[in-house]
Amino acid sequence: MTGRAVLLRGGRLIDPSQRLDETGDLLIENGTIAGIGRVGEVRRDGDALETIDCAGRVISPGFIDVHCHLREPGREEVETIATGARAAAAGGFTAVCAMPNTDPVTDNQAAVGFIISQARKANASRVYPIGAISIGEMGETLAEFGEMVAAGAVAVSDDGKPVASAQLMRTALEYARTFGIPVADHCEEPTLARDGVMNEGIISARLGLRGIPAEAEEIMAIRDILLARRTGGHIHLCHMSTKGSVELIRWGKERGINVTAEVCPHHLSLTEDAVEGYDTNAKMNPPLRTAEDVAALQQGVKDGTIDVIATDHAPHHYDEKEREFADAPNGIVGLETALAVNLTWLVKSGIVDLPLLVERMSCAPARLFRLPGGSLQRGAAADVTVFDPEVEWTVDASSFRSKGRNTPYAGMTLRGLVECTLVDGRVVYRRDR
Amino acid sequence: MPDRQSIVLDARAMDRTLRRMADEIVELNDGTDDLILVGIQRRGVQLAARIVSSINAREGVEVPTGALDITLYRDDLQTVGPRPVVGATDLPWALDGKAVIIVDDVLYTGRTIRAALDELADFGRPRRIALAVLIDRGGRELPIQPDVVGKTVEVGHNQRVDVLVSELDEKDAVIIAERQ
Amino acid sequence: MSVGPLGKDLLGLEPLSADQIRLILDTAEPFKEISERTIKKVPTLRGKTIVNLFFEASTRTRVSFEFAQKRLSADTVNVAASGSSVSKGETLVDTARNLEAMRIDMVVIRHGASGAAQFLAERIESNVINAGDGTHEHPTQGLLDMLTLRDHFGKIEGLKVCICGDVLHSRVARSNIWGLKKLGADVAVCGPRSLLPNAIDAFGVTVFDRIEDAIQWADALNVLRLQLERMQRGYIPSLREYNRVFGVSRERLARAPRDVLILHPGPMNRGVEIDSDVADGPQSVILNQVTNGVAVRMAVLYLLSGGRPELAEAAKGGQR
Repeated sequence: MTGRAVLLRGGRLIDPSQRLDETGDLLIENGTIAGIGRVGEVRRDGDALETIDCAGRVISPGFIDVHCHLREPGREEVETIATGARAAAAGGFTAVCAMPNTDPVTDNQAAVGFIISQARKANASRVYPIGAISIGEMGETLAEFGEMVAAGAVAVSDDGKPVASAQLMRTALEYARTFGIPVADHCEEPTLARDGVMNEGIISARLGLRGIPAEAEEIMAIRDILLARRTGGHIHLCHMSTKGSVELIRWGKERGINVTAEVCPHHLSLTEDAVEGYDTNAKMNPPLRTAEDVAALQQGVKDGTIDVIATDHAPHHYDEKEREFADAPNGIVGLETALAVNLTWLVKSGIVDLPLLVERMSCAPARLFRLPGGSLQRGAAADVTVFDPEVEWTVDASSFRSKGRNTPYAGMTLRGLVECTLVDGRVVYRRDR
Repeated sequence: MPDRQSIVLDARAMDRTLRRMADEIVELNDGTDDLILVGIQRRGVQLAARIVSSINAREGVEVPTGALDITLYRDDLQTVGPRPVVGATDLPWALDGKAVIIVDDVLYTGRTIRAALDELADFGRPRRIALAVLIDRGGRELPIQPDVVGKTVEVGHNQRVDVLVSELDEKDAVIIAERQ
Repeated sequence: MSVGPLGKDLLGLEPLSADQIRLILDTAEPFKEISERTIKKVPTLRGKTIVNLFFEASTRTRVSFEFAQKRLSADTVNVAASGSSVSKGETLVDTARNLEAMRIDMVVIRHGASGAAQFLAERIESNVINAGDGTHEHPTQGLLDMLTLRDHFGKIEGLKVCICGDVLHSRVARSNIWGLKKLGADVAVCGPRSLLPNAIDAFGVTVFDRIEDAIQWADALNVLRLQLERMQRGYIPSLREYNRVFGVSRERLARAPRDVLILHPGPMNRGVEIDSDVADGPQSVILNQVTNGVAVRMAVLYLLSGGRPELAEAAKGGQR
């Protein structure tokens, strides 16, 4: 690592891993946190000290996104690991987990190794591969978890597709225990969700679009919570979108079942109303739901039923979204808007305070997926994000580092911007640079 | 509303004028044989009905009448756009070989009559078509002249001639008003 | 380009006001007469070019639009998806750009995807008329149904109209519901719950589970076509049972307290949703609907056409 040292001076240090929330300095040396304390207390002798003034800014452990789609290999015109890692850095994420639904599917050791090697070359935020549960995400044959973990996979998932077979999911949960990794679960009962393109409800009925009922998610959520109870495996429920799911997770946690859950910024901020006018940038799976669901999810984030906020960053080529709603692909980009969306809809509105947001975006993901980071304690990896929690800005998709432009937030004025992102003590993003 | 109005014809004068026009139409046609009166929507229709009853009183003959709405034959759809109300065209008579009298309230640019002639041509081939108007205000933009005129008035471009009929307007009158 | 009393496009009845719907119906009245003339043609849309862009086969609607256009003297081109570049994988947005480049005035679009008409309308300057988009709306069908009801009953307000059958997948049902409600009708639906939207309450309609109850209540039934694929996809067990439980039969109509008017948007599955003796019977106005279809479409074409404010200014003085 670099021998240079960096001093982040005079920021609001927020680190829920050590219940820290005070103004001070953070010193980084040799890629690790070397010192933390009140302003002026942290000293270092010698030269080559770069000082970054953090007055009015928050210094927090770097955000970790346990759920994104970087499209490489297979769709490099849409996103690459390098552009995805740079977009992550710009969004304050020091690490992201790449879902395996690439082409070919990340379902073996070599494919995992490829991602790690591409990530190293990208030299931006860290990228951790998630391996597939089943070969080719076909839902039939279990992939080689052991070899993938040995190559660097941090979890398994068939994300993008549900694991239709309860037996396969059971086996996956049992087998994953051996390696201590979570099974990240795309909850969707396939026959109920078939051909659905938005939330089933009033708006789908009016627009004549086939709906996906909340039950399509909830049935799979409870199935897999129950399978986690049976097996003792760690089920991590991805992109939860309904009030019912929150209640089911709460039910599972109350019984000590090893279930964790994530929610995406868009499900915490937007409702199915955004589909009005057939806006394909409001098309994602799971779909945007109702205001009641949004409120329940926000409450889940607050009370800990929901552990993690993850982006489900899903870039698409611009002309793929420029088509009839039913034919447009699911998903939106999220890495470069996640912080601002969360600050705008959760913090500004008073539902969640800043330390809790940092917990959900950094500490919890690190803990659940057993990743480095998520802490500013001395000796920890110096993955750090500095952000301005107050500044307002207008989303301009053309300025994204991601190749994807598909965002429903374009033109909206949001609050909060990343100033600086450090990975291993190295500045990988600096605003206005 | 216009700030100044002047009355060109009051109810009694209008009635006299229409009766004279009825006589002239019969004279023009050498009687009432093959005569059909076609009123242009809207007020031409009511004027045609008055003329028909006047002919009936004098000659004892019920002359057939029809109504023509020329909206769909206008030449200003491209510029002005669609008119909100399209009236009824009602021509239940075969026009071939007949003597058709077009009846309208005010003759101005001649464009309405041009449209009416086009529309009549789609209904058949009359022996002759003549034009009877209650008011000729001049200002023609097309080579169209009336055969029977109730009254000729001189008005400027910034003035409007309004024909009121009791069926639609609660009274009979012809007035000149300032254009807004 | 032109913006008339309906706006640039006709995409559905939900966005229209009651006054706009009344205007279309009122305008359609005098257009009926044109179809009765020897020379069934007026010069109104002379020089206008209209493309009928049909991504789904529909003889009935396309022919009706084509007659309406020809009777208004427009120049029309029919583009069927099967014979066009669309089948070669061209996207709708490319199709739209090509049409725009050919400087056409109007597009009538029929498409299998809900929202396709709006998609097109947002991307081209030409007027767009929705001739059916997926399961969203089919506004001219809704209008012609309303015109037929108004012809028969004299008014729409207070009329009890029940829409029967596959409301879930029906654009005709949606257009009828919005249009009728805006003009003050009482609207109900009747059909198997598996073919009604789960959120049917949001439409503000009464739901009848039994066709007998609907017939007791209604002044008119609008009987929807049952797509045969609904059975194949498992929404109902069989056509036979559908006819037994929901079919509109003479026996059922005979028990009604009044003569119930029968509408059907066509094409009919005789012996499934409607029995032949009902379709051909004295209470059926199914052919009046077809006749009114041309008049309504002429009215819509007329009301969407023309009108460029800058030229209107130059032509001030108007016609007299």
